[in-house]
Amino acid sequence: MDQPFVIGRVETAAGTIPQVSSQLTGRDRWGTVKARWGVGRMHYTVDPGLYALGEPGSEAPVLVSANYKLSFDHLRSALKDRCAWILVLDTKGINVWCAAGKGTFGTDELVFRVQASGLDRVVNHRLLILPQLSAPGVAAHKVRSRCGFKAVFGPVEARDLPAFLDAGMQATPTMRRKRFGLYDRMVLIPVELVHAFKWLALAAVIFFALAGALGTGSFAAAAAVFGLGPVTAMTTGVFAGAVLTPLLLPWLPGRAFAAKGIWAGLLATALLWPLGPGRASGVLDAVSWILGTVSVAAYLGMNFTGASTYTSLSGVKKEMRWAVPLEIAGFAAFVGLWLTARWTS
Amino acid sequence: MRGNLVYLKDVVSLQYEASRCVGCGMCSLVCPHGVFVQENGKARITDRDACMECGACARNCPTEAIRVQTGVGCAQAVINSVLGRTGDSCCSLDSGCC
Repeated sequence: MDQPFVIGRVETAAGTIPQVSSQLTGRDRWGTVKARWGVGRMHYTVDPGLYALGEPGSEAPVLVSANYKLSFDHLRSALKDRCAWILVLDTKGINVWCAAGKGTFGTDELVFRVQASGLDRVVNHRLLILPQLSAPGVAAHKVRSRCGFKAVFGPVEARDLPAFLDAGMQATPTMRRKRFGLYDRMVLIPVELVHAFKWLALAAVIFFALAGALGTGSFAAAAAVFGLGPVTAMTTGVFAGAVLTPLLLPWLPGRAFAAKGIWAGLLATALLWPLGPGRASGVLDAVSWILGTVSVAAYLGMNFTGASTYTSLSGVKKEMRWAVPLEIAGFAAFVGLWLTARWTS
Repeated sequence: MRGNLVYLKDVVSLQYEASRCVGCGMCSLVCPHGVFVQENGKARITDRDACMECGACARNCPTEAIRVQTGVGCAQAVINSVLGRTGDSCCSLDSGCC
């Protein structure tokens, strides 16, 4: 009850149920921004259990969701001016699809939560509407015999729920597909960047220190002059792998994500040529810069498989068999050539 | 249509035994990538390479006609499991995966 988004309470035969609104507050939106930037997103949760959206009666539909606050907010904000019951499962703060894959959004938890909430005393009907993406975890045909409620898969996206409900629980083929459009890819960029920048900052410190120690002149001057190359190369690699790859995903050549990352790295190299190879003090530094950018971009591109909506584990393993050795070799050559340039200058 | 977003060819572990199919249509309903279609009262795989091995079809097939080695197609998760890091997927790290 004492959660900031609970606006009231509804009395039912199964006890007092917390009430929520389909209107998100500034606080909810700020929470979304923070989660997208990776701030506290592993603990951005809703207490599992039953919630009343608006003033639902005993005939109102029951929608099932995960206890990741972003999933919960997505669901309720899609149901403007509608009344429904929302049954939140304990998915350990993970979104619907990932939780279904892990089995936490599963048949057992669903049956347990239906019984624990006393749902059969709250509604007269016996129907649960599940997000389609919970299907990897929930066997719909086993739910009825175990808790008396029939499970129906709604659309993939919560925003299609009003149309689904109005059509008598019928989803169009379009509603059944998971897409990966520009907006879907864009919202994933911040967290990719935050994750990469932690490593980039560490690597930058190491390169500046090495440059200061190995370069000619005073420590500070050498650090700035010789450290700037590899640090800008890695930064460009992060930009290519974590920003360009998601944005340009459908248009980058190749099916493997590491290949797409390589192309994004080459594109970024071409765009930033004057800042990179163009200002390098020799061939070794120029080649090193390109290798640094491309190997980092390939690695981050490959890692974007985890955020995508269509890569299979078998496929990821197959691409990793060539991509990981190539990325390691590329990065080693990047460091090796840069060190050689320091010794030979 | 699926557009340009298609992953590697001929790699997925999806297996379907048509003789066990009772034509309930659940596989084509739950699949987020339209891998199955229903034809003459039975399911048929129409776009095998679009499969992402999420396992929704196998989980919801009442006659166990579908088998697939499920897993999350996430490079970070593969790296984590090879390195023996705690947590069985990338979700334990703060990556974009979940």
